[in-house]
Amino acid sequence: MLDHQTLTLPNAPGVGYKAQHFAAIWEDPGPVRWLEIHAENYMGDGGRPIAQLRNLAERFPISVHGVGLSIGGEGSLNADHLARLKKLVDWVGPASFSEHLAWSTHDTAFLNDLLPLPYTQATLNRVADHIDQVQHVVGRQMLLENPSNYLAFEESEMAETEFLEALIKRTGCGLLLDINNVFISATNQQTDPRSYLNAFPLRAVGEIHLGGHDEDQDEYGVSLLIDSHGAPVVDPVWQLYAEVIAIMGPTPTLIEWDTDVPDWPVLAAEASRAADVLAQVR
Amino acid sequence: MTVGQDIFRAAVLDPAAMAPAGLVDPQGRPAGKRFDVYRNNVAVSLTEALGQAFPIIRKLVGQTNFQILAGTFLRVHPPKDPLVALYGDDMPAFLEGFESTRNLPYLPDMARLECAMRRSYHAADSIPADLNGLGAMDPAQLMATHLTLSPATRLIRSKWPIHGIWRANTEKDAPKVQMSADDVLITRPDYDPQPILLPPGGGAFIAQLRTEPLGSAFEAAQADAPDFDLTTTLGLLIAGNAIAHVA
Repeated sequence: MLDHQTLTLPNAPGVGYKAQHFAAIWEDPGPVRWLEIHAENYMGDGGRPIAQLRNLAERFPISVHGVGLSIGGEGSLNADHLARLKKLVDWVGPASFSEHLAWSTHDTAFLNDLLPLPYTQATLNRVADHIDQVQHVVGRQMLLENPSNYLAFEESEMAETEFLEALIKRTGCGLLLDINNVFISATNQQTDPRSYLNAFPLRAVGEIHLGGHDEDQDEYGVSLLIDSHGAPVVDPVWQLYAEVIAIMGPTPTLIEWDTDVPDWPVLAAEASRAADVLAQVR
Repeated sequence: MTVGQDIFRAAVLDPAAMAPAGLVDPQGRPAGKRFDVYRNNVAVSLTEALGQAFPIIRKLVGQTNFQILAGTFLRVHPPKDPLVALYGDDMPAFLEGFESTRNLPYLPDMARLECAMRRSYHAADSIPADLNGLGAMDPAQLMATHLTLSPATRLIRSKWPIHGIWRANTEKDAPKVQMSADDVLITRPDYDPQPILLPPGGGAFIAQLRTEPLGSAFEAAQADAPDFDLTTTLGLLIAGNAIAHVA
């Protein structure tokens, strides 16, 4: 078995792993060179999920992507959950480990969504402390993903990109750049996604996410995009992706499709499109 | 105006609440529908998790009623930790007191069965014990033997025909449900948990087996059902790879 601890993600497409695609991936992964799993789905004691992951991890570099740590939570991190995360990372030996700039747990209630944070000095201190704790316990660098925003906090004191820049400097964490989230947030906040990307600390990016979203409107008839991971990546996001790759060079790129998951060929076709963009700068 | 997470949480779980002041749209207006996105994500994702956990309950009450049931449940019992794949352990107790499903009195036990199936699915793997030695034992030795069941094995005892109802909702040509008190053994021969109807006395036998030697379990089973069939019940455990250790 390869020692994936020493590997990093290849500068190639990966996909969010879904159990229904196991046989197809095993037979022919096509352009897909690595897989991302949601950490929380592999924290049971055994059974099929663990067995499948064990097989996949022998063949593919794995990215462990947490969705439940609540790094932005006002309270302490859930120590049991952090220990489970460490256990998973220890046995999988992933090529990458990432989480979100968000909160989901408050007073022992886990709300199963990535909830937003005000960008204040107090939030910065808290998130930085939590990242320090996670990186210390898990024993490796974490990539932090930029959120999709639907609203803003009046109390915010700095831009999201400034906030992320400060976090990198304080904790040494890396970033996971979700370009669909950038597009969603910019649309919802009526800002320019290119200005955001120009201010984004691309030097710290270890992975890119691409996914689909739903289109809605708020009560004033203003466009409101909702992160769904349930549709193809839209053309404006592909365009932004190509621009980022032209600056950054080849970068590990994940296609995320978590709801209304399509058959494997549809997902593989999205990965091929990412491979085409990556090939332009090789 | 600061918006603490206690305020955010309370509003996100309360469909009637206004979006907290201090959350705004690009023009600085109250967040309104933008806040509803989070409220909706929380309710929809947790309802979906409950639907995956309790497919038979959902079928029995119907999709519309299940959404109401789940919506009520998730606000009283939001998940206590991020393992959403195991969310809903409080469902059986919740259903005991849920007025709208009083006419389906077997529902709590069905929820117990579904919880147990899911726990079995995620339980630790184990290698079946070598049982060749059992045949060579004299009866006294055999009755003093302790059998350890595999971590994926579960027992659900009900005064309702939950196995029959399970079959009626999962099999195409399942027999008509008859009134019975079902003891259901869940084994996981490979990766898929199987609910198996135990013969009379089988539930008492397996319940004892967890702590007592085979002989005591056999006596308990006979007390429960004089015609208890040890061979059949052991056969079900063996076929389900449910015996992990013999001592």
